[in-house]
Amino acid sequence: MRRDRWWVQPVLIVTALTLFGIYTIVRVIVNKHYAITTDGTHMQSPFFSPDLPGIFSFKTSLPWAFLVLWSPLGLRTTCYYYRKSYYRSFFLAPPSCAVAGVARRKYTGETRFPLVLNNLHRIFFYFAAIVVGFLWYDAIRGFFYHGTFGIGVGNAIMVLNVLALSAFTFGCNSWRHIIGGKLNCFSCSDTARARHGAWQKVSILNGRHMEWAWISMFTVWGTDVYIWLASSGVFTDPHHIF
Amino acid sequence: MSETLTAGGTRKLQIWRGDLTSGELVDYELETEPGMVVLDAVLEVQRSQAPDLAVRWNCKAAKCGSCSAEINGKPRLMCKTRLDHLPAEEPITVEPMRAFPLIRDLVTDVSWNYRVNEQITPFTPRENLREGIDVKDGDFLIDQADTDRMSEFRKCIECFMCQDVCHILRDHRMHNRYYGPRFMIRMASLDMHPLDGVDRLDQVADEGGIGLCNITKCCTEVCPENIHITDNAIIPMKERVVDQRHDPFLKILGRTPNKGRVKPPARSSTPEL
Amino acid sequence: MAGSIEHHDYDVLVLGSGGSGLRAAIAAAEAGARTGLVCKSLLGKAHTVMAEGGLAASLGNVAPEDSWSTHFQDTMFGGKYLNNWRMAELHAREAPDRARELEHWGAVFDRTPDRRMSQRAFGGHTYKRLVHIGDRTGLEMIRTLQDRTVHSDVDVFMETTITRLIKDGERVVGCFGYRRQTGEQISFSARALILATGGSGRIYKITSNSQDCTGDGYALAYEAGAEMVDMEFVQFHPTGMVYPPGVAGLLVTEAVRGEGGILRNALGERFMEKYDPKRMELSTRDVVARSIYTEVKEGRGTPHGGAYLDVSHLDSDYVRRKLPSMYDQFLELAGVDITREPMQVGPTCHYFMGGIKVDADTGQTRVPGLFATGEASGGMNGANRLGGNSLGDLLVFGRRAGIGAAEAAGRSDAVSLPAEEIAAAQAEVDHFLNGPGTENPFHMHRELQTIMGDGVGIFRDKEGLSTAIAKLETLQDRVGNLKAPSNRLDYNPGWQLCREVHNMLTVSLMIARAALMREESRGGHSRLDHTGYSDYWGEHNIVIHRESGHDMALTPTPVVKREELSELIEARKEAEKAA
Repeated sequence: MRRDRWWVQPVLIVTALTLFGIYTIVRVIVNKHYAITTDGTHMQSPFFSPDLPGIFSFKTSLPWAFLVLWSPLGLRTTCYYYRKSYYRSFFLAPPSCAVAGVARRKYTGETRFPLVLNNLHRIFFYFAAIVVGFLWYDAIRGFFYHGTFGIGVGNAIMVLNVLALSAFTFGCNSWRHIIGGKLNCFSCSDTARARHGAWQKVSILNGRHMEWAWISMFTVWGTDVYIWLASSGVFTDPHHIF
Repeated sequence: MSETLTAGGTRKLQIWRGDLTSGELVDYELETEPGMVVLDAVLEVQRSQAPDLAVRWNCKAAKCGSCSAEINGKPRLMCKTRLDHLPAEEPITVEPMRAFPLIRDLVTDVSWNYRVNEQITPFTPRENLREGIDVKDGDFLIDQADTDRMSEFRKCIECFMCQDVCHILRDHRMHNRYYGPRFMIRMASLDMHPLDGVDRLDQVADEGGIGLCNITKCCTEVCPENIHITDNAIIPMKERVVDQRHDPFLKILGRTPNKGRVKPPARSSTPEL
Repeated sequence: MAGSIEHHDYDVLVLGSGGSGLRAAIAAAEAGARTGLVCKSLLGKAHTVMAEGGLAASLGNVAPEDSWSTHFQDTMFGGKYLNNWRMAELHAREAPDRARELEHWGAVFDRTPDRRMSQRAFGGHTYKRLVHIGDRTGLEMIRTLQDRTVHSDVDVFMETTITRLIKDGERVVGCFGYRRQTGEQISFSARALILATGGSGRIYKITSNSQDCTGDGYALAYEAGAEMVDMEFVQFHPTGMVYPPGVAGLLVTEAVRGEGGILRNALGERFMEKYDPKRMELSTRDVVARSIYTEVKEGRGTPHGGAYLDVSHLDSDYVRRKLPSMYDQFLELAGVDITREPMQVGPTCHYFMGGIKVDADTGQTRVPGLFATGEASGGMNGANRLGGNSLGDLLVFGRRAGIGAAEAAGRSDAVSLPAEEIAAAQAEVDHFLNGPGTENPFHMHRELQTIMGDGVGIFRDKEGLSTAIAKLETLQDRVGNLKAPSNRLDYNPGWQLCREVHNMLTVSLMIARAALMREESRGGHSRLDHTGYSDYWGEHNIVIHRESGHDMALTPTPVVKREELSELIEARKEAEKAA
C-alpha cells in the first residue's frame, strides 16, 4: 500500500483543468475586449486568433471563436500528455501508480468510441500548427504602433506566449512520429538522415512535453487575461514607441 | 568523496508472508549497516530470523531483474533500493508483485511473461537486403543512430515491474488481451530494426492490445533501467498503428507502413495468466 | 518410488541457461536432437547478463591489421601459455563468425562510422577487438540467445535444481533434481548431457558473481568421474566496488579502463607505471589486481581500502553514453557521480579459469555421455583469462558442445535411469530436508567464504593454504550433517543451499589443494613463497579427479600443445623478450 500523498497531483490537475475549461467557455461567450489597440497597435488575444471577423469583415455577438479554438483545444484534448493526466485524474484509471482505480464494469482503454478518436491527434496537430502561424503573425504585428516599432509589456507577453505554444505544439508526439520517428531506418538515404536530425530536435522538445503543456496553457490564459484587462480599460498597456 | 551515508541503526521491516490462500505483513527488526539495500535486509532476515522466507534473487547488481517487489507500495528492485533512501521513521513494507499469481511470500509466478514472448516472432532479416546499403560482404550495415534507438529498449532486464504496475494487468487482469509494456518495447525494438523483415503491427494492435494502453506512464515511472517506455516505444507504436489503420489522409494516398515486410505466422494461442 | 516422479527424456539435455548453455541448446536443436534446457533460476537471469565489456573477436572492423593469429597469441600470452592450445586456436578462429551470427539473430551492437560492428580496447588485447553495446554486452547476448532458444524446439525447465548426475555403469545417462517452486522431484534421461553451469564465485564473500554461481557443474562432474583442470587459477577482477559494504565486490567493468579510466592510489600516483609501464591500466587482469592489492597492503589505499579509478577527465556525456550502467550503479548505490569524482575499487572474485577437462572440438569429458562448456569447462584460458574472451568462449564452445552432444546422442542407444541411483539421489535431498543433521547451511556458507578469503585469496602461501585445507577438511566432515532450517518443500532457500554448500566445498578443496601443489606464481595464481615462474609448472596443468576411494587425486599433466601452432607461440615469446 502506498502511504505517500499520491492524491495531491490528481487534485491539482483536476482543479487546474476544470478552471481552464470553465474560463475558456465563459471567455468565448463574453466575446469582447480581445484586442489591445492603443496607439494604433493590434494585439489579438490568442483565444481569438485568427481574427475571423476582422479578416472577413463581419460583426457578430455569437461566440465565433469556437470556429478556431476547436483545433488547439482538440490538440490538447487528444495530446498524449493531457490524455495521461485526465485518464489519471478524472477517470481514475489509475489515479496513481500502483493505486487501484475505481471499479468499472469493463475497461476498454482507447479501443472504443469516443476515446478511439484520440488516435486522430495528428489531424488536430495539422490545424493547430496553422493557428500557431497566425499567433506568430499576431505577435509580430503587436510590435508596430501605426507602423512604428515599439516595445511594451503586452507584446513581450505575446512573444513569450507564442514561443511556449510553439514549443508545446512542435514537441507533439505525433509530429515527432511524422517528422522522422516513423522511419525504420534513420540512415538509409539522405532524406532519412535529414529527418533523423529533425527527429532528434523534436525529441528534445518532446522530452519536456508535459512542462510545455502546462507552461503554454498558463501563458495563453495569462495573455488573454492581460489583454482583456488592458483592452477593457482597467489599465493601459505600458509601452515605448521608438 | 561525497558519500553521505547515514549510519545503519535498527530498522523495522514489514514483509508479506503467505501464499495464495492467506497471508499477512509480518514485522521484523534488524540492525543495519550503512549503504544497505532492501535485499540485504530481507536476506539478513532470512538468515537469522525466518529461514523459510521465500525470495527470488540472483545478481544483486540490478542486472538480472529477479528481485522485483513492492517496497512501500511501489514496484522496485530490492537490490537497488537503499534503506537510507526510505523514510526512517516508518517501517519498510516489502510485498510481492500483484499482477502475477503468488507462489509464496515475495515470490510470484511470472511465467505468463514467457508465454507472451513465445508469441512474438524474433528478429528475421528482410528478404531483399541491398548490398552496400544494408549489407556488405555478409556483414550487416547499421547506423549508430538506429542502434541507439533500438538499444534503449534492449536494456530491459525483464524485472516485469512495468507489467506489475500496469493497471490493465494489475487491476483489470486483462492478461489475455494485452501483452503489457515489456512486450510493447520488445515489439518496438523489432519494428525499429532497419533490417527486420516482419510486420508485427497487426499483432501489436490486435493480440497485443496496444489500444488498451491509456499511456498513464506508470510503466515508465517504475523502470529501473530508465527506459522511456511510453514516449519512445508505446506512443511511437500507437502512431505506427494510426498510420496503418486510422489516418484518413494516408488511407486516401494508399500509403501503408512497413512496406516490404511480411506478416508473422499466425499465433496459435492466447497467453492466459 | 522412482516411477512416481516427473520424468522427461531427451537426446540432449543442457544444464545451465547462461550464454554457453543457450548456445549449446540452440546448436543441439538445430542438429535435430530433442533438446531440453534446465535453469536453476528463471530464463534470462543467468550470470552472463552481468558481462559488461564485450566479446573479443578479430573482426578487424576498427583495426584492420587484426587477425585470428594475433588473438590466439594474445590469449596464450594472457594465459601464460598454460592454455589448451587447440581451444585457444578454435576460439580465436571462430569468434568472428559467432559474433556475426549473433548479429544476424538480432543482437544490436555499437557501430563504427562506416556502420559496421564497433570494437573497443581491452586489457591484454593487442588491437581494439571487443564487440560491445554500451556496458551491457552480456545482457544483449543472453537476450538474443534466449529469444532464439524460445523459438527453437527446446523445452525449458525454469527454477529447477539438479542435485546429481545419474550414471549407468561408466556413462552418464541423466540427472535428478527438484523444482524449486514446489519441491517436486524430477528426473531426466538423456543420451548426452551438457554441463553449462558456470563458475563458483560464491565461495568468496567478495565476488562479482550471482548467487547461482555455486560450482554445481564442477562438483557434479567430479563426482561422476570427470577430470578437472587448472582449478588453482581464480581470476580476481581488479575493479570491484569496495563501498558501501552491502555492494562490496560488485563489478566495475574493465570497459571503464578501456575507455580511458585512470588508476591512482591515495597519494594521487598513477601506480600502474610501476607494475606495467607498457600497458598501464590495460595490463592483464591478474597484474592489475595484484597491483591494486599491493598498493592497499602497503598503505596507499583509499579510505575504503581500494584504489581510485577515475574517468572524470573524460567528457561527461561520453561517459554516460559509453558506461551508462556504471554511471547509474555508482550514483544509486554509492552516491558517487563518476563524471565528477573518482570511484573506489578493489579486486573481486570474478572468474574460474579452471573447470571440467574437455575435448576442445566437441566438449566431451572423459565420461561417456557427459559434455561441458563455458566457464564450467577448463583449458581455454590457461592461467589467466583476457577480458572479452569469455563471451566468445561461450559462443564458440557452446555451439561445439551442442553439436558434439547431438552427434554423440545420435550414436547412442536409448538410455534409462537405474532405479537404485534415483533412490540414492532421493535419499540425499530428503536427508537435507528431514535428516537428523544440525548444521545450518547459511552459517557453513559464511565459514567457507571466510576460510577461502583468508587462505586462498589473491596472494597465497604454503602456510595459509595448509591452514585453509585443514579447515576445509573439517568442514567436509560436517557437510554430511547439513540440514535446512525449515523442512518445507516449496521455495526453500536453506534446502537449496545445503547441496550448494556441498558443491562449493568440493570446489574450494580443489582450488586450495591445486594452489598448494603449484609452487610458482603465474597468472591468477600468486604465491608469496614462490614469486617467480617455474619452468616445470610452465609446462604442466594440474588435473584433478576422484579416486575410487573418494579421495581427490591431483596429477601434473603436460600442456596440450599442437605442432602447427608452435611458430606463433615462439614468435610471441620472442617479441615479449625483446620488449
